Amino acid sequence: MMVMRRFEEEAARNYAKGKIGGFLHLYIGQEAIAVAVAEVLEERDYIFQTYRDHGIALARGMSATAGMAELFGKDTGCSRGFGGSMHFFDVERGFLGGWAIVGGHLALAAGTAFKSKYTGEDSVTVCFFGDGSINIGGFHEAMSLAGLWKLPVVFVCENNQYAMGTPLERTSPLKDLSIKAKGYGMVGDRFDGHDVEVVQARINEAVERARTGGGPTFIEVLTYRFRGHSMSDPAKYRTSTELEQRKQQDPIAVVREKLTGLGVQESVLDDIDLEVDEEIDEAVRFADESPPAREDLMMSTVMAPEGES
Amino acid sequence: MRQLRYREALREAMFEEMARDERVFLMGEEVGHYQGAYKVSEGLLEKFGERRVVDTPIAEAGFAGVGIGAAMAGLRPIIEFMTWNFSFVAFDQIISNAAKVHQMSAGAIQVPIVFRGPNGAAKQVAAQHSHSCAPFYTNIPGLYVIQPSTPRDAKGLLKSAIRSNNPVIFLEGETLYGVKGEVPDEGVEELIPIGESRLVRPGSDCTIVTWGRPYYTVLAAAEKLSAEGIDCEVVDPRTLRPLDTRLMVESVKKTNRCVVVHEHWPYGGPGAEIVDQVQREAFDYLDAPLERVTGLDVPMPYALNLEDKVLPTEERVIDAVKRVAYAS
Ligand SMILES: Cc1ncc(C[n+]2csc(CCOP(=O)(O)OP(=O)(O)O)c2C)c(N)n1
Ligand SMILES: [Mg+2]
Repeated sequence: MMVMRRFEEEAARNYAKGKIGGFLHLYIGQEAIAVAVAEVLEERDYIFQTYRDHGIALARGMSATAGMAELFGKDTGCSRGFGGSMHFFDVERGFLGGWAIVGGHLALAAGTAFKSKYTGEDSVTVCFFGDGSINIGGFHEAMSLAGLWKLPVVFVCENNQYAMGTPLERTSPLKDLSIKAKGYGMVGDRFDGHDVEVVQARINEAVERARTGGGPTFIEVLTYRFRGHSMSDPAKYRTSTELEQRKQQDPIAVVREKLTGLGVQESVLDDIDLEVDEEIDEAVRFADESPPAREDLMMSTVMAPEGES
Repeated sequence: MRQLRYREALREAMFEEMARDERVFLMGEEVGHYQGAYKVSEGLLEKFGERRVVDTPIAEAGFAGVGIGAAMAGLRPIIEFMTWNFSFVAFDQIISNAAKVHQMSAGAIQVPIVFRGPNGAAKQVAAQHSHSCAPFYTNIPGLYVIQPSTPRDAKGLLKSAIRSNNPVIFLEGETLYGVKGEVPDEGVEELIPIGESRLVRPGSDCTIVTWGRPYYTVLAAAEKLSAEGIDCEVVDPRTLRPLDTRLMVESVKKTNRCVVVHEHWPYGGPGAEIVDQVQREAFDYLDAPLERVTGLDVPMPYALNLEDKVLPTEERVIDAVKRVAYAS
């Protein structure tokens, strides 16, 4: 969680410096969810995320250097400078992307789950999306097919209360989104996302269900983003009181308190922080010094090579 | 005349038309309380209230369809796509319904609707957010497609679009929203007709046809070329469907050369259509094959060094003009 947090704080700084361009959506405040999911999943499993994708990529094991270099638009980045913040990929680790059209990737997740079922392997797909994504057609169609075919997929709706500047009460007549699961013939669940242990236990249930042929689950995780929607959003639509109150449940602070309660020395945790600081500093240095994205690849990667299929 | 920004010109057009006609309303994501993702609709909610400035959830196919249905029943919706990239999930509504129902009903049903929002690349927003959408929509009979380059054209054409009895695709430019230009003074109403091109810059040596973001690239290139003794005439079609080739053809008959500069991909689209029509109508006057400077034929990469290569540059415009003028 500290790697994610420091990675993104540094990314924000470098965005301000002009080293990073385009859209930059930070996951700060939601980290416990990605960590828990990564903890539960096996190497053979698949993950899809929206454009708010740095956290899960890092949790899944992508190096901070590959992530930062991508943000800097460099050839050494996880998408070799072609994707940027919104389109991290790490195929070797089953991370099949950050996607930037709301609702567009949910059916893709049903598709990798379809493949698992088709080949009879017991891999599972986890698909993240936001509270703003539940009204679009792509949500309905993916949920319909996954429910009908009992696909091994877990749909994780990270309800951070806002879709850009719009609070949930203005985009949904429902308070409890998880009841939607019923309409698609799947199990629904709903819980707070700031305690990594809680998230891990509940995600584990859903993943086990999928893995053992019990079909898909739709989960609503209640969370909060501490920053604006993206770097260009000053987040004027919420009060500072609300933000401060939410920060009381910062998932990192929650974990820290738990650990010290268990007798872990503050100094041990501080050492971890220092290590992470170094790792991120190194990532920025690496990104800065890396060669730019390659023009020849821009042409040669439009189509996949033909030949052996 | 006043100087206004492109976004302010659009806002004024909506403001005036909403004040004039109760049937006109604005609907889209973040258009109201958030004051518009790109602040085009700033202040409209305060002025017209929630009945006429309607915030929607993220459901483009839904609210595009709601707009079309409301138009069929006599309202005059302005549907904002936060960007045109998100219109693809509503493509079916526009193509199968909005563009078809007038003829399918033998003229019994009209669809007076405007779909508008920013189109094309911004800066480093990568492959899924950088589509230049004119080719998709200009292919469809039953639609008007407008892509204004200047604040004045933006205002005058949006007003005409809102008053049109047909579905209008109105392609703005995210990178143009901050551009300033002359707009007629308050109280002076200007309706720019749909389907009329505009002579932007007179010249004698080469005709350049351009619109949208590359309009500014071309004007800068034309200045440099004129310093080198090549005098370019620039024509902006403004409306891409129906296409008005009169000025282009007249111009080419004079200059005998033509370069078409656009952001969209090279395969088909209005760029290729212009080349086809102009070469046919001015064939006997041409001293060189028509050239095109286009966005490169690739999905848009994130990295700035590559994006700069993909979008038309002054340099590429200058090279193309010199090639047709045999001056390189
Ligand atoms: C189809 C589509 N419409 C609009 C957008 C613009 N957009 C990007 S993110 C976003 C808000 C999404 O909110 P939510 O699903 O809650 O995810 P969060 O950003 O909170 O993680 C919007 C409107 C888009 N990317 N795709
Ligand atoms: Mg949200």
